[in-house]
Amino acid sequence: MYKIIDEYIKPDALFEWSLKPHHGAVVTFAGTVRDNTDGRRTLRLEYEAYAEMAEAKMREVGAEIRERWGIEDVAMIHRVGTLEIGEISILISVASPHRKNAFEACSYAIDRVKQIVPVWKKEIWADGEREWVERNT
Amino acid sequence: MRIIVKCFAGCRDAVGSTSVSVEFPDGTTVGEAFAELIDSYPALASYDRSVMLAVNRDYADRQVVLADGDELACIPPVSGGATRR
Repeated sequence: MYKIIDEYIKPDALFEWSLKPHHGAVVTFAGTVRDNTDGRRTLRLEYEAYAEMAEAKMREVGAEIRERWGIEDVAMIHRVGTLEIGEISILISVASPHRKNAFEACSYAIDRVKQIVPVWKKEIWADGEREWVERNT
Repeated sequence: MRIIVKCFAGCRDAVGSTSVSVEFPDGTTVGEAFAELIDSYPALASYDRSVMLAVNRDYADRQVVLADGDELACIPPVSGGATRR
């Protein structure tokens, strides 16, 4: 499952979807909205996606994981719209028979998503400024 | 030929619209199209070096030649990074 959604993401949203009887590990990564960047206070974030391409690129990351680790059960959802502090912006779930591969693949997944998936966030700073984040975070 | 140009984040702010339909001469490349867009929307110039361009939802080099009906997307550096590979 690779989806851009505009609804609240619960931490366990992908758990049952990923888990199958032959698995022994489910590794989940949740990216959450932080209340500051280098000490400057953030009120909330606004996320925007090129949804059709973003879903295709997330699927491409899943295919890379299948090729590299032989893991079939990868799921990713990314939320768009206005997100409050502490809410989940991206959830990735990787399930496999053994934990080592699942940890590695999940770490790879979030790194690759940040490289190639067209999703942007706008910082709504507590000091009143609003700006697109266009650098590494 | 007619190209659908999609703009996101800061590029959309520069253009003032998420999607515009633009007429280009046959044989126009991705890079030439973006240069034309800068002429029409000067605020895009600040993205000339950093923008990634996509044709029909996949990243494309600037020398790729566009075809009628293509969807050309202007993709500013994404929030987590800006590299293609």
